[in-house]
Amino acid sequence: MTEEIIIAGFGGQGVLSMGKILAYSGIMQDQEVSWMPSYGPEMRGGTANVTVIVSDERISSPILTIFDTAIILNQQSMDKFEKSVKPGGLLLYDPNGITRHPARKDIKIYQIEGARLSAEMGNTKIFNMVILGAYMQVKPIVLLENVIRGLKKSLPERYHKLIPLNEDAIRLGMKNVTETVPA
Amino acid sequence: MSMFEEIVKPENLVYEKTRLMTDKALSYCPGCGHGTAHRLIMEVIEELGMEESTIGVAPVGCSVLAYEFMNIDMTQAAHGRAPAVATGIKRVWPNKIVFTYQGDGDLAAIGTAETIHACNRGEKIVIIFINNGIYGMTGGQMAPTTLPGMKSSTSPYGRDVEMMGNPLKITELIAQLPGTYFVTRQAVHTPAAVRKAKKAIRKAFENQRDNKPGLSFVEVVSNCNSGWKMTPNDSNKWMEDNMFPYYPMGDIKVDGQLVK
Amino acid sequence: MGELKLMKGNEALAEAAIRAGADAYFGYPITPQSEVIEYLMAEKPHERTGMVVLQAESEVAAINMVYGAAGAGKKVITSSSSPGISLKQEGISYIAGAELPCVYANVVRGGPGLGTIQPSQADYFQSTKGGGHGDYKQIVLAPASVQEMADFVKDGFELAFKYRMPVLILSDGVIGQMMEKVDLFDPIPRLTDEEIVAKYPWATTGKKNGTERRIITSLDLDSLKMEEHNKHLQAKYREVEANEVRYELINCEDAEYVFVAYGSSARIAQKATELARKKGIKAGIFRLITLFPFPTKQMQDLCKKGVKGFLAVEMSAGQMVEDVRLSVSGCAKVEHFGRFGGIVHTPEEVLRAMEQKIIGG
Repeated sequence: MTEEIIIAGFGGQGVLSMGKILAYSGIMQDQEVSWMPSYGPEMRGGTANVTVIVSDERISSPILTIFDTAIILNQQSMDKFEKSVKPGGLLLYDPNGITRHPARKDIKIYQIEGARLSAEMGNTKIFNMVILGAYMQVKPIVLLENVIRGLKKSLPERYHKLIPLNEDAIRLGMKNVTETVPA
Repeated sequence: MSMFEEIVKPENLVYEKTRLMTDKALSYCPGCGHGTAHRLIMEVIEELGMEESTIGVAPVGCSVLAYEFMNIDMTQAAHGRAPAVATGIKRVWPNKIVFTYQGDGDLAAIGTAETIHACNRGEKIVIIFINNGIYGMTGGQMAPTTLPGMKSSTSPYGRDVEMMGNPLKITELIAQLPGTYFVTRQAVHTPAAVRKAKKAIRKAFENQRDNKPGLSFVEVVSNCNSGWKMTPNDSNKWMEDNMFPYYPMGDIKVDGQLVK
Repeated sequence: MGELKLMKGNEALAEAAIRAGADAYFGYPITPQSEVIEYLMAEKPHERTGMVVLQAESEVAAINMVYGAAGAGKKVITSSSSPGISLKQEGISYIAGAELPCVYANVVRGGPGLGTIQPSQADYFQSTKGGGHGDYKQIVLAPASVQEMADFVKDGFELAFKYRMPVLILSDGVIGQMMEKVDLFDPIPRLTDEEIVAKYPWATTGKKNGTERRIITSLDLDSLKMEEHNKHLQAKYREVEANEVRYELINCEDAEYVFVAYGSSARIAQKATELARKKGIKAGIFRLITLFPFPTKQMQDLCKKGVKGFLAVEMSAGQMVEDVRLSVSGCAKVEHFGRFGGIVHTPEEVLRAMEQKIIGG
């Protein structure tokens, strides 16, 4: 199994940390992982994206042009990465702020209203966890228990009290993800 | 018994070269102050019993070969980088005594950043700064400390401050930094000056030994009779008349307090 | 097994420095490797192991701090990225000339000049053909993973002290910025001052027994002596060439077409190989791990086993390809492919280049 994922959105949406949690969860499952961000000044307030690969085998290129899964969190990223999903692959997106919805018919398209749901939970910081939950529901590459183990291992002790909140957000995303038809 | 043997007896000994100077003949021009400055540093290190704990850093300039004469562990640094090299040594061997020996081009031109930042960080090292207002080794070019109107091979009609900028009083400059603990300006051209300079050098090394908070900096205004194209005596006179008014003698900062 | 962590290449390098028992890191921030000093400062290695970490006023000062501390027998490391490495070249030449051990990393970005902060491999010539002035060499290790960013710090120190010469870890923005799983090696205790004095009699640790003394210098005004010194250095480099070549062959058993690459390009070429094999092309990779010493003989041997062509893949206008040509020495076709100026080539581009320049060409 090799899953190649691009996560793309605005800087500040938690794109990079979501990728990191995914990668850490992969390690918890004894898999190989890579996490390659876009870096540099364009990240400050602009778009941010990260390529995450989770695999049972040694990972070759950490930089890719086509992906099994694209998780898209703003319009610019939709414009850039919709075409980068492999035929038969997955595109998961938050419709918030999206004006041109994905149109490809050769891929599976799912929606998760992460922005709305996290706002309703009263904490927009867990937005990325809602998205992660939605992804885990559609493609259970990493198991929830391993995400929690990964969080425990990667977060400093003083943040461990926030883990239940993150778990709730993941479950919320799992429950609310919906398959949608191309625009 | 010859007259020589008659005289050369232990009980007649009034002065002995410190064993921390090697027997190698100095490469400096006759009349130059470098040799005296070397000797004072080595005497101080011997007298303070620091021979086995001191590491010196030689610069690029006339004193590039200082390690041939100073009979202790020495490292030769790239041009201007002695304070960084000394920082490296002192940081990993905080209990050793570390000093740099640098000329004006090394310390106040190419190495200005290293000088200022080592001073500003308060590195617990000693910097000995020989200021003779000229690049001696390369044949008498203008230095950052060359006086206005002073001739050199790259200011053949005299230093024109409009065109070439002003002499840099780096010692006054670094005295302003909180990281310096002791800053003084000395000379070695007369017995009285030598005695004072030695006291200052001794104080600088004692400061480091006693782990005083900050860097000790001793400028020695010196002559360069070859570069200035004068006899040694004339150069000393010229130094008193011209260098000392611009670079006044004495302590600038003592025990972390500005005194001038 | 040591400790498994998810880390950036830059962080792994920093953590490895602490674990390798380094005595000091002197550095200056520059993208894309500022995480090295940030990680070190956050980790408080002065509390963990007693290691010194100091942010210098410039790359120039940093490498000269390395020179001073290395000359005093300590295990020292620095890191920077291309423009900063250019500034360090004078100091590296001195370190090579004075025969001091040190490890330094270049997380390469695109140039020339201030260039870009994006990944590049355009510092190959600088790394392997000199960089600074004079006839000197340095061992160049090219990590292709975060794991190797950590491991090569340890290996680098061993080589640096074995041969008393600088060891360069030549990385790039991809390897520095990416995160992977790292199996961190167990910490090696720092040497005590007494151990250093006993182990490194050449180091300036203070004169002993009132007579012996040590001088660290690269200067000798006597040209005959300098020639002898240079001969000695060259003999050492030949020894390194004989003993320290490292490389990896991937899918080369039956390969007709071979990608030659190092660092992140080797990873990309590996993906290109996977794509090629799916298309029925017998492709393999000759991954360079040491760039100096260059695996000349090994490449020639592989060529003689029936390789039809080599494609040198590097994020530069063509630097390593010169050494590949010299090594292959006409035995097979050699071409170059690489995006540069901060653009990372894609596996598809790399495969296409193989098809067009080697197979179809």
